[in-house]
Amino acid sequence: MAEEKHHHHHAPPSEIEERVKRLEALLVEKNLVDTQTLDALVDTYENRVGPKNGARVVARAWVDETYREQLLGDATSAIKEMGYAGRQGEHMVCVANTPDIHNMVVCTLCSCYPWPVLGLPPTWYKASSYRARAVSEPRAVLQEFGVHLPDETEIRVWDSTAEIRYLVLPMRPQGTEGMSQEQLADLVTRDAMIGVAVPEANLPTRQS
Amino acid sequence: MNGAHDLGGKHGFGKIDRSQTANFSAQWEERVFALTLACGMLGRWNLDQSRSAREQMDPAHYLNSSYYEHWLSGLEQLLVEQKLVTAEELESGLSQSTPEIEAVDPTRMQQILSVGGPTLIESARDPAFAIGDKVVVVMDHPLSHTRAPGYTKGKTGTIVSHHGAHIYADQHALNGQKVAEHLYGVRFEATALWGARREAQGGAKVNRNTAEQNTGHACSHDSGDKNTGNREPVFVDLFEPYLQTVTEFKKQLGA
Repeated sequence: MAEEKHHHHHAPPSEIEERVKRLEALLVEKNLVDTQTLDALVDTYENRVGPKNGARVVARAWVDETYREQLLGDATSAIKEMGYAGRQGEHMVCVANTPDIHNMVVCTLCSCYPWPVLGLPPTWYKASSYRARAVSEPRAVLQEFGVHLPDETEIRVWDSTAEIRYLVLPMRPQGTEGMSQEQLADLVTRDAMIGVAVPEANLPTRQS
Repeated sequence: MNGAHDLGGKHGFGKIDRSQTANFSAQWEERVFALTLACGMLGRWNLDQSRSAREQMDPAHYLNSSYYEHWLSGLEQLLVEQKLVTAEELESGLSQSTPEIEAVDPTRMQQILSVGGPTLIESARDPAFAIGDKVVVVMDHPLSHTRAPGYTKGKTGTIVSHHGAHIYADQHALNGQKVAEHLYGVRFEATALWGARREAQGGAKVNRNTAEQNTGHACSHDSGDKNTGNREPVFVDLFEPYLQTVTEFKKQLGA
């Protein structure tokens, strides 16, 4: 059985497994879905589309002032220029962190998220606690993520309620002056582009 | 609708659980994800109708079930509504008839993904609001799908951007009709949404009883939100029909 190839830690109740298996078999039999399409969809979002895309966009904006302006002015076209577009990224806005302003993104009504640049949203982003609290107590939420900002910093929360998807442009960390665009992209995490983390320069560990 | 999905500002959900790091916690979730997208590509319903279907889950069940169970529930409902599948077929798993509709193959699927579902459309009307205008979110409570979050209703904000006209989600969910409505970014100050005396809850350090004992005030600000009440604005994208001028709002209230 195909299922047995996967080893997941949180085994769901078998009732729902059975229900899904039954549904898939039914839809295949009725020729409403193609098994190869289903597998390709999973492969696309498990292996091909993910936050490495967004990290490349951010790193380019860090080294290329013209691109940064383009990204902040018309994120959809700037991101498309990097080859990322389509479902759940049709209308993009990029918001930049500054020493005075920190941005973070939520979808209180469902799970709207910029798929072409970040892939599928993490489980916590879709769960009740983050959706409930991000808008009403963002500072406490950020503290839970280990982000401690000065009281003076304005925290802007973007609730992606309708059609627009948001990408946070974090500040380039200090101590990264000599790094290449590729090295910089490695510093940009998914959480930093949601706005619940701040990228840091990875200081080389001494081996002596 | 004022469903369980409308979570902004709700209390009691506790700390954010970041223990699950994989996209899918079980294989059935992968399949539900793929089935939902593949069936959506048949073109028999739109994304607003998918969201609407998920919101119609029993509220207690919605809050107590996983994300992909919401998707599964929404998908089953749409398949039956669109008569692609009958309730008996869902139950038995046995096909009784084959609809005249062709499954989407992998090549076509990739084309559909790469285009997505742009919602920007032409509107014959000029936008009613301009950047800088003060607006109030109307006190409507439609039973059908809407993208105005409950926590913004009756609250005053400022227009900060105009995103052009987009397909109005409320109408699109009702019958698939593509009606153009202007879409705005609206900034709400935290004090306008939550009051000046709010306190942090959930996972933060605050212990309300202790705070009350120590200060004698019901609303202590020792939670990390110290004096930051108005530096946490929330930006919400709202369609024009959700918005009124302050004067219109007051008139409607009879004030």
